[in-house]
Amino acid sequence: MLKSLSRSEDLQANARSRFYLSKRARDNLKGYLFVSPWILSLLVFTAYPMIASFYFAMTRYSILNPPQWIGLENFVVMFTKDPLYWRSVWNTTYYTLLSVPLGILAGLALAMLLNQRIGGIGIYRTLYYLPGLVPAVASTLLWMVLLDPRLGLVNAVLRWFGLRPVGWLRSAAWSKPALILMSLWGGSGGTMLIFLAALKEVPQSLLEAAMIDGANAWQRFWHVTLALITPTIFFNLIMGIIGSFQVFASAFVAGSGEGGPLNSLLVYMLHLYRYAFRYFNMGYASAMAMAMFVVLVLLTLVLIRSSGYWVYYETARRR
Amino acid sequence: MRSSTLHPASGSRRRLYRQVRKGASTFLSHLLLSATAALFTTPFLWLIVTSLKPLDQVFTDPPRWIPDPIMWQNYVESLTSPAFPFLNLLRNTLFYAVLSTLGVLLSSAIVAYAFARLEFQGRDVLFLITLSTMMLPGVVTLIPTYILFRKFGWVGTYAPLIVPYYLGSPFNIFLLRQFMMTIPWDLTDAAHVDGANDWVILFRILIPLIKPALLVIGVFHFMWAWNDFMGPLIYLDNVKEYPLVMGLYAFQTRFGIQWNLMMAASLAVTFPLILLFFVAQRYFIEGIALTGLKGI
Repeated sequence: MLKSLSRSEDLQANARSRFYLSKRARDNLKGYLFVSPWILSLLVFTAYPMIASFYFAMTRYSILNPPQWIGLENFVVMFTKDPLYWRSVWNTTYYTLLSVPLGILAGLALAMLLNQRIGGIGIYRTLYYLPGLVPAVASTLLWMVLLDPRLGLVNAVLRWFGLRPVGWLRSAAWSKPALILMSLWGGSGGTMLIFLAALKEVPQSLLEAAMIDGANAWQRFWHVTLALITPTIFFNLIMGIIGSFQVFASAFVAGSGEGGPLNSLLVYMLHLYRYAFRYFNMGYASAMAMAMFVVLVLLTLVLIRSSGYWVYYETARRR
Repeated sequence: MRSSTLHPASGSRRRLYRQVRKGASTFLSHLLLSATAALFTTPFLWLIVTSLKPLDQVFTDPPRWIPDPIMWQNYVESLTSPAFPFLNLLRNTLFYAVLSTLGVLLSSAIVAYAFARLEFQGRDVLFLITLSTMMLPGVVTLIPTYILFRKFGWVGTYAPLIVPYYLGSPFNIFLLRQFMMTIPWDLTDAAHVDGANDWVILFRILIPLIKPALLVIGVFHFMWAWNDFMGPLIYLDNVKEYPLVMGLYAFQTRFGIQWNLMMAASLAVTFPLILLFFVAQRYFIEGIALTGLKGI
């Protein structure tokens, strides 16, 4: 039926019978048919959970009993009566503030190193990326061996350089730096590949023009290369923040699910996980999720606002 | 150098100077590159070395680089240990990783086709919504989704780790749409004239043309599923259903002191991914460059 219809004109089809759909309606129907799985997913796995999260955050809900409305009580408890909440906020903030900028710096430095025209670059690239392939659980176990306070390889190297060994994952002061070290080892390679692609896009002609104008290597890097890859830095910054706010597996494994020495590894997601899946306090955990969501949205908006001052966009040049 | 301009051999000397300079800078580059490579590979090397040590050589002062004897049997011991039933864990991982990868490819391709090639009301708005969900942190939907799956009776099964991916995933829809947009309309128009319907055009024309993109997405999703920790942690409650990473974690909580066996198990969990990486390396690196997606 559809086939014969597709050969006829809309008007004719409409005139012939009101049971025929117009071409526009048919196109719509076909389009909705093709996107229907995704619309279903958006409704069931995005829209509903988002709305439900807001609702559950205002309730006492243990799964076994239906949710019971308690207004803002979860938030009051969270902000004023749960010292571990603020501990987890601090741990996650500390982790984010260091791991994200350091990850971007390391990724960019590696990409700069690789962006040269010499032999063997492919091998180096593979070697730098390799740690990124190790699953978080496996890499955390490996670093637990490397960072052993007494006889780990890292402390042996520190001693060799005449530095004082530290307690790493066994000490409240050094467990987060240990976590950051792990994230740098596993994550820099991926960031590097993204930066490498951006560096390859920097037009050679611009660098040559700068050279002719007498710019030295540093000026060429700062005013041309770095300026042109600011969109990539921006992208990595946003994605890095969203990712590190939700850091979980490494902290969970390193602290055996318990938060590590003096709760120094109790990151936000671990605290949330415990309330949701150990105490089945879904209302409180939802409130935690909402608080993180709001902070992330605000932070993203601030960063997008700030991007006007430091991110270079191709289209803006034409103004 | 000042006098060299007067010297008859000045040209060749300058050339020599330039060559030496270039050689020195190449050498310096390689030095820097390999020092950095050492920094990144040493932990990995230590993983291999430790996995082959007898237990009493794992922690020594000074650190020991060559195990004596080399304990190949560590692998046999850890991979056949009842606490780390490797083949069973591998089968579980493969089961849901492969099924969810197939789902993500199929559904994302179909939805991407609608965004790339079909005209319907609200398409652009829907596409914008799709883009914005890419930024949505998973934590926002985590708890209601869990409760929903619990109501479905799916907790304790692999369904939560597989079924959602049969409805599409925003990033992959976006990527495949971008790829499909690069395929000339002429190609599909000709098929249309010959009477091909949309399914034929999608599966016979577009999908073969965007195979590299599908491969990249497939490999990324597979690796992501392989590495996923929180999903299995929340949804699976029976040890028999555990995938590799969960098995590894459980192994550590029970036999945490036998680090040589732990490292052997860790390497066994990582090795298939490294193999996959080397097989698909060309697509893999291009894929990350292209998509800005780090894979894990």
